[in-house]
Amino acid sequence: MAQLNNRSIKIMTGNEACAEAAIVAGMRFFAGYPITPSSEIAEVLSKRLPEVGGVFIQMEDEIASMGAIIGASLSGLKSMTATSGPGFSLMQENIGYASMAEVPVVVVNVQRGGPSTGLPTLPSQADVMQARWGTHGDHPVIAVSPSTVQDTYEWTVKAFNFSEKYRVPVIILMDEIVGHLNEKIVIPDANEIEIINRPITTDPPEKYIPYKLTENDIPPIAHYGTGYRFNVTGLSHDETGFPTNDPKKIDALYRRINRKIERYKNEIIFYKTELLDDAEICLVSYGSSARSAKRAMREARASGIKVGLFQIYVLWPFPCEALREISNRIKKFIVPEMNLGQIAHEVECATRTECIKVNRVDGSPITPQEILEKIKYVSV
Amino acid sequence: MFPYKKYLRLDKFPHIWCTGCGCGIIMKAMLRAIERAKIQKDDVAIVSGIGCSSRTPGYLDFNTLHTHHGRAIAFATGVKLAKPKLKVIVVTGDGDATAIGGNHFIHAARRNLDMTVILYNNHIYGMTGGQVSPTTPFGKRASTAPYGSTEPDFDISILAIAAGASFVARSTCYHATQLDKLIEKALLKKGFSLIEVLAQCPTYYGRPNRLGNAVDMLRYYKENSIPVETAKKLSEEEKKGKITIGVLHDIERPEFCEEYQKLLDRVQIKHS
Ligand SMILES: Cc1ncc(C[n+]2csc(CCOP(=O)(O)OP(=O)(O)O)c2C)c(N)n1
Ligand code: SF4
Repeated sequence: MAQLNNRSIKIMTGNEACAEAAIVAGMRFFAGYPITPSSEIAEVLSKRLPEVGGVFIQMEDEIASMGAIIGASLSGLKSMTATSGPGFSLMQENIGYASMAEVPVVVVNVQRGGPSTGLPTLPSQADVMQARWGTHGDHPVIAVSPSTVQDTYEWTVKAFNFSEKYRVPVIILMDEIVGHLNEKIVIPDANEIEIINRPITTDPPEKYIPYKLTENDIPPIAHYGTGYRFNVTGLSHDETGFPTNDPKKIDALYRRINRKIERYKNEIIFYKTELLDDAEICLVSYGSSARSAKRAMREARASGIKVGLFQIYVLWPFPCEALREISNRIKKFIVPEMNLGQIAHEVECATRTECIKVNRVDGSPITPQEILEKIKYVSV
Repeated sequence: MFPYKKYLRLDKFPHIWCTGCGCGIIMKAMLRAIERAKIQKDDVAIVSGIGCSSRTPGYLDFNTLHTHHGRAIAFATGVKLAKPKLKVIVVTGDGDATAIGGNHFIHAARRNLDMTVILYNNHIYGMTGGQVSPTTPFGKRASTAPYGSTEPDFDISILAIAAGASFVARSTCYHATQLDKLIEKALLKKGFSLIEVLAQCPTYYGRPNRLGNAVDMLRYYKENSIPVETAKKLSEEEKKGKITIGVLHDIERPEFCEEYQKLLDRVQIKHS
């Protein structure tokens, strides 16, 4: 293993990086059900978690996996599950529960093509909208999308930090390409990695109000088995955590759980721009497609076309304002993604202009050439 | 009088259950069992799904978790594995545990995870208005079986035994005094334990099937129950239509948390 200060350089896959980063982030409970192309995350963790005193359990299905990680999180362990398309669909019910009961958990979806069993071994980015709207009701969502193995490591840690800080389920939307890609990664020194833990109550048990309206909209948590006897429910509840039918209290709850992400969205939203200052054409991309977009941009620049890249790392909340701001300067937006235009639709809403789409839904990656062709077509 | 108040969240009353419902009888038996087993309130976590029976934890002053329909055992698995010192009790209905939650039920039994499942079997979906359940007996009426159920029903206790539970007992709401002793045994048993309690739902099971009021239904339980010891001496024919009550199954099997701890010890020693 090469050493670089206290960093180490390794070759690993996105799935391995995700599993290792989760342990570094403090994850000590994993429950999952195998599904291609995510299974390596479970496999690595079944070996690694016992080594660090954590718990690995292969549950009977994804619904159970999601339920178990919520239970474990409420008992004090940072918890995670990993799945792909059909399994992600099964998890929706309990993802909703985690939103409602404000339980920090991380859900990895290594995307494959769908609907249904779809394309088990092939990549896709078609669960972007399922991540946003998969479960019923009004609830906030944080979803991140890494492009490289390095990103996967970093964004897995950040996903835990977000979930802990805001007490929300956080979704890591990988895709098969990133999950199975073997590439170089610099693993930072453990001291360099910022790790955030959930806000724990400092109130004594008799004063503890589980969903207290605090100034920052994020109520501090207590854990089961620590002398705090409180109730958690998926029903609409008041500050005390018990079901309520009082319209005022119901309204307050829904608005707060949505507001707590809305008001911190500037801390959450993350994108990177490249060569946008003088650009006339802007590529908007994410996940593995952004890799091809970047390459296409370089080739287009080499032939004198003014094109830049807006790469989205946090898909939800969506960077509407940033896109709207640049839209005055940009003549055309091109959105390459492995679906039929899920993020393109959001870009259109944000910029109020029609985007050029580059889509593939045949299980093959979008090549830089395909994007380049669109760039050339637009620039004439 | 037993100090129920010590365990209740008094401000959550009145409860939502119908007059004559069996849910309260089981809830009280559970509290007596916890007291007899000398388990501290802070050390108990009660997890439920959705249904009339699943509303029980809301009234009780423990660590309580009210989850989705059918999912209580899945959530409870996480709670238990993350905090093995907790006594985890799952309160569930027949629909909750054996229809939508059937998969979690049999797998928790198979793993022999240390938890006690108290299953209120009222043969019907109470909360949603009396639809047919996997335990509605053949021919009985329900709001979705207006001509009588055409499906055979589950014997939940046998199901749990077959799946690997280490302790299984059955009782009824009539046998309230026996019930707390059975629950106590289950709580003290290491491994997956099930207490199946036949509970009257006079509103949605009793009425369409003309079984009378709650008292009539309790009388039925009284007159048609036979202790396991007696049942053993009877032929299948003689047992037909009878409810066998008592401890049906009590064996020793490796428990999941203990096995996992052994694995941790092994792996961590190897790496230190
Ligand atoms: C996913 C889902 N499907 C359906 C329901 C509606 N539902 C609520 S309670 C219930 C059945 C309850 O019956 P049982 O579990 O036997 O409990 P009981 O009310 O009789 O105690 C159903 C179907 C639900 N809440 N969630
Ligand atoms: S509907 Fe049946 S189970 Fe539900 S509270 Fe009424 S009597 Fe009890």
